[in-house]
Parts: sequence; structure tokens; C-alpha cells
Amino acid sequence: MSAASRFLRRITPQLVTLAAVLASIAIVFPGFFEISIANGRLYGSAIDILNRGAPVALLAIGMTLVIATKGIDLSVGAVMAICGAVAASAVDRGMGLVPTLALAIGTGLACGLWNGILVAVLKIQPIVATLILMVAGRGIAQLITEGAILTFRHEGLIFIGSGTFLTVPMPVLIWLFTGVIVALVVRRTALGMLIEAIGINPRASMLAGVNTRVLLIAVYMASSLCAAIAGIIAAADIRGADANNAGLWLELDAILAVVIGGTSLLGGRFSIVASLIGAMIIQAVNTGILLSGFPPEFNLVIKAGIVLVILVLQSPTVQSAFIYFRRNKQSSPADAKTVVQ
Amino acid sequence: MLSRKAWIGAGVLASMAFMASGAVAQTIGFSQIGSESGWRAAETTLTRQQAQERGIDLKFADAQQKQENQIKALRSFIAQGVDAILIAPVVATGWDAVLKEAKEAEIPVVLLDRMVDSSDDLYLTAVGSDLVHEGKVAGEWLVSETNGKECNIVELQGTTGSSPAIDRKKGFEEAIADKSNLKIVRSQTGDFTRAKGKEVMESFLKAENGGRNICALYAHNDDMAVGAIQAIKEAGLKPGEDILIVSIDAVPDIFLAMAAGEANATVELTPNMAGPAFDALAAFMKDGTTPPKFIQTESKLYTQADDPKAVYEAKKDLGY
Repeated sequence: MSAASRFLRRITPQLVTLAAVLASIAIVFPGFFEISIANGRLYGSAIDILNRGAPVALLAIGMTLVIATKGIDLSVGAVMAICGAVAASAVDRGMGLVPTLALAIGTGLACGLWNGILVAVLKIQPIVATLILMVAGRGIAQLITEGAILTFRHEGLIFIGSGTFLTVPMPVLIWLFTGVIVALVVRRTALGMLIEAIGINPRASMLAGVNTRVLLIAVYMASSLCAAIAGIIAAADIRGADANNAGLWLELDAILAVVIGGTSLLGGRFSIVASLIGAMIIQAVNTGILLSGFPPEFNLVIKAGIVLVILVLQSPTVQSAFIYFRRNKQSSPADAKTVVQ
Repeated sequence: MLSRKAWIGAGVLASMAFMASGAVAQTIGFSQIGSESGWRAAETTLTRQQAQERGIDLKFADAQQKQENQIKALRSFIAQGVDAILIAPVVATGWDAVLKEAKEAEIPVVLLDRMVDSSDDLYLTAVGSDLVHEGKVAGEWLVSETNGKECNIVELQGTTGSSPAIDRKKGFEEAIADKSNLKIVRSQTGDFTRAKGKEVMESFLKAENGGRNICALYAHNDDMAVGAIQAIKEAGLKPGEDILIVSIDAVPDIFLAMAAGEANATVELTPNMAGPAFDALAAFMKDGTTPPKFIQTESKLYTQADDPKAVYEAKKDLGY
């Protein structure tokens, strides 16, 4: 089997799920696939999904790498809040766009380094290690914004959140670009395989000469880097850093995106593209609920129901049942032949 | 160095002595919840300002969202023998014991902004805003603004199940109930945040024929309205003209939008709860006038005609 068809086969369940979700939204809301150009930008519900899904998509890229090492990064939502706050307070103090972005992304990398050291050097369990920053991070962000929503009017920074390039919203381009770069880097080099090796058996991979410590730190830094970009987008989108709410609970959506993408929480094999499709599935569900016009009391129940269906269909038991039935169908004529012989 | 410190110390002592001799200078303890929102920070700032204007010595305790800290603060106020206590209770239950202690020490307690479940003879009065009334004021503004014209309204609710969301919805619906020209066509939660306000407004615009079916937006708080205004602008419509915008809270940023003609009206949830509380306490201490058990603050309506630029300047340094 060629690499391309193997890849297609890997992401087929996610693509089918996404198509099913989109189709059911289109039934509830007929104008769903209409796309026009309004005010110099692509305009339509499908564009909203791509655009609003940007933060979770970015988080899912980093989270996939972390989960592939059998880790988890709970701090990404808080890191978003910190980096958004840093960016907002930097432009508020009159810094230019480039130093502002450098500072915010540098802050993100520092957060990742902290997580990485706790996990790789001190060997603290990832869920506990990143929990520290998850709890403390929002407090740090609140200290930076002094508890208020720190608003700004810097056109360059706002452009990142709500500007367009060739009518495509910037956040969409940013997450697509980041996803392609990371996917190429891990798949065109041995990096992806080394990350999987750590997830499957850290001790064996270390004995085989993989520098697990450096790689683990790098993976957590990549995750925080993605969170930093997502935080800048979230702040730029509303022209203000909201330390209380930016990225709130998004770490859970990011983990869910990775899981829907079929990457096991036990580490090992991963697919960035599948995680990105997972992020789009989550956002499609969110946007679909908003378009459907159901009372808001139903939002979470509907979302939970859809996620449950997706995960049950992907569960090992149901999967092996599928395979069993398919084999039975295929093999029954063959069995008949054997009997004749 | 030492002598300078001594001088400062002497100065502080002298000023304290002066304060004490200033006769009216009562001591009032204030137990604040914390500073979880800009509004809360503004309430703290205004309470300090109001105390200073009246020559009250305000003892401030920040509970950092913990009831145990508030109870500790109240006990320490009682031990210090303050003249009165203001408290913004973080939760509704569990206050009976400490309120009884205050009552036994004959220290009047005034609740600010939030209520408690204890029997109402344990506190002097409560100062707060009527959330249903706020929604009603917003609705009445829209009734008079549309003046009988057909108008489809979209509503951005607060966090599902929270009392401001329930009550502000109720008040607004009461105000427009008998007006057949006004209809809420879509209602979703925006969780009181800008980001969700923007996202939900985007979906409203798509769902209602690119926003052409929408005549007005009612948001349960200003932050969601600010987010929605951006969504409306990005869709190529003019907020404030194509879509009327009315919201609640009166935070500084909505006045910027009003000054730019992008928002139409906001109903103030005043952070000055302490002013009426101090007035009630002064009357009570002077001749024992018992205030009503609930003092409702004014839900003032601000429109573009109220010089939003000036209101913004006045509000921006309150800590919102």
C-alpha cells in the first residue's frame, strides 16, 4: 500500500465524521454552505468554522505531539491567557508589532520550558506538572492585565485576529500554515518517529540512543508555542486581553480534538492532520448548535451527545466488531467454495 | 535613615490622632469579595472614594473569593469595635453565626450588591441593584426607540442559569411583552464574554439573512455587546444604525462605542453601592432611622445623547 493511500485510510473516519456533522447542520440550517464575499472577506458559516476553530486547531497541533509522548498538557488554556495578556500590555506600552510578537511568543516558550523541565528532568507526571501552570497561569495573566480587560487599538496586532489576506481571515491562514509546517517537520524527518518511540517506551528509546530529555522539553515547548500563537489570535480578535476567559477550558477541547483525531492517550502513533480535522469537528458542532436556534440550555447536552456518538463509533470494541462483520461478509463465499471442494 | 523613618512614623501618628479628633470620623469595616471583575474593582475604588468624602476611616479587607476570609475579617472588625460593617458576601449561605456576633456587639451590618440567606433581622439593610428592573429599563428604551416599527431582536444571554442572565432576560421580556412589533427571534448564551459575544453574533448574522432581518441586539452585558459590534462591523453592517444595540452594566468601553455611534444605549449597574449604604448608616446612627431592608440603586439609562465621551473619561480610572 502506498504512503498516500495509507494516509487517506488513517484520516477516513475523521473525514466521514466531519462530513456527517456538516451534512446534519446543513439539514437544520439550509444556507450553511453559502459562501460570499462581504466587506472584502470571505463570509459564510463554513468560514466561521475555520476561523473560530483556529485556537483549538493550534492547541491541537501541539497537544498531538505531547500526547504522542504519552504526556498531556493541561496548561495550554492558561498559556493562551498569559501570552494574550503579554501581547496586549506590550502594545499598550507602545511597543512595535515585531517586538510584541517576539515577547509574547518568547513568554510562551518559557512556559513550555517550565513544563518540559518538570516533566523531563524532574520526572513529575505530565498531568500534575502541567496542572501547576494551568492553575497559576491564569493568575499570572490576571496580574499582567491587573484584573481588567486590557484593550488596545494597535492596527497591526488587530490584523492578526480579524484581518484578511486575499479575503481569507488571518487566523485560518495561521493555523493551516502552522499545521503544514509541523506536519512536514515531524514526517519528513525522523522526528515524528522518535516522538512516537518515547511514547511507546521511553526507556527503550533512551537505550536506543534517543535523547528523550531534550525531545520531551522540545515537545512541551512546541505545545506552549502553539498556545502562544492561539493566545495572540484570541486577544487580537476581541482587541483586548481577557485574562479571566481567554482560552478557558480550551485545553479540554484540544485534548478532545486529538482523541477524535484517533491519537491514543497512551502515546505512540499520532496524526497531526487527523487532530486538525478533529478540531474542525468540534468547532462545526459548536457553530451548528449556534445556528440551529435551540435554547442555550441544550448547548452542552447536544455537544456531549455528538461527541459520545463519535467516540463510541471509534472505540476499539465497535471498531473490531466492524472489522469482524466485514470479514465475515467477505469470507462467506470463500467458505462456501471450501465446502464444495 | 533612622531619623527619617521616625519622622514618617510621627507624621502617621499625628495624622491618626487628627482623624480621631475629627469627631464624625467613624470607623467602618468593609469586607470585599475580591477583584474578580472590573466592576468589582470599580466598586472597591468608589467605596474608598465615598468613605474619604465623608471622612470615614474605612478598614478594607479583601477576601480573595473565600468565605472563610470574610468571616475572619468580620470577626476582626467586631474585635476592633468598628462602628459599622459593609460586606459584599461571596456566597449566600453560612452567615448566621458571624452576623449574630455582630448583632450582639451592636454593630450594624450592611450588605452590598449580593444577598444572604440569613434572617433579615441580622443585618441593617442591603443595597443592591434589581436585575429584573435593569432588563426592563433596556426593554423600555427599545420600545420607545422603535416607536411601533416592526423590529426583530436578537438576544445575547449571560451564562446559562446565572441569576443576572435569568433576571435580565425576564425584565426585558416583560417590557416588550405587550408590544406586537417587537419580537425576539434568536437568543443564545454568550457567557458574558467578548469572545463568545462575537462568535454568537456571527452565527446570528448568518442565520438571519446576513443580518438584514435583525433590527436590534439586546446583550445582557456590555462586554458581549462590544464583541458583537466587531462581528457586525466585519460583516459590513453599521452597528448602531443598521442594528440597534442596547446592553447593561455601563462599563467604560461601551461609552467609547457609543461615542463612535456604534452602540445606542446601556443601563448602568452602578458600582457605587457604598454611597447609599453610608447614607443609610449615617441616618441610622444620627437618630435611629431604620432604613428599608432593601435599598435599590438607580438603574440609570445612558444613550448617545448623554455625552458618552465625558462619561468614559469619568469612568476609565475607576479600575473597571
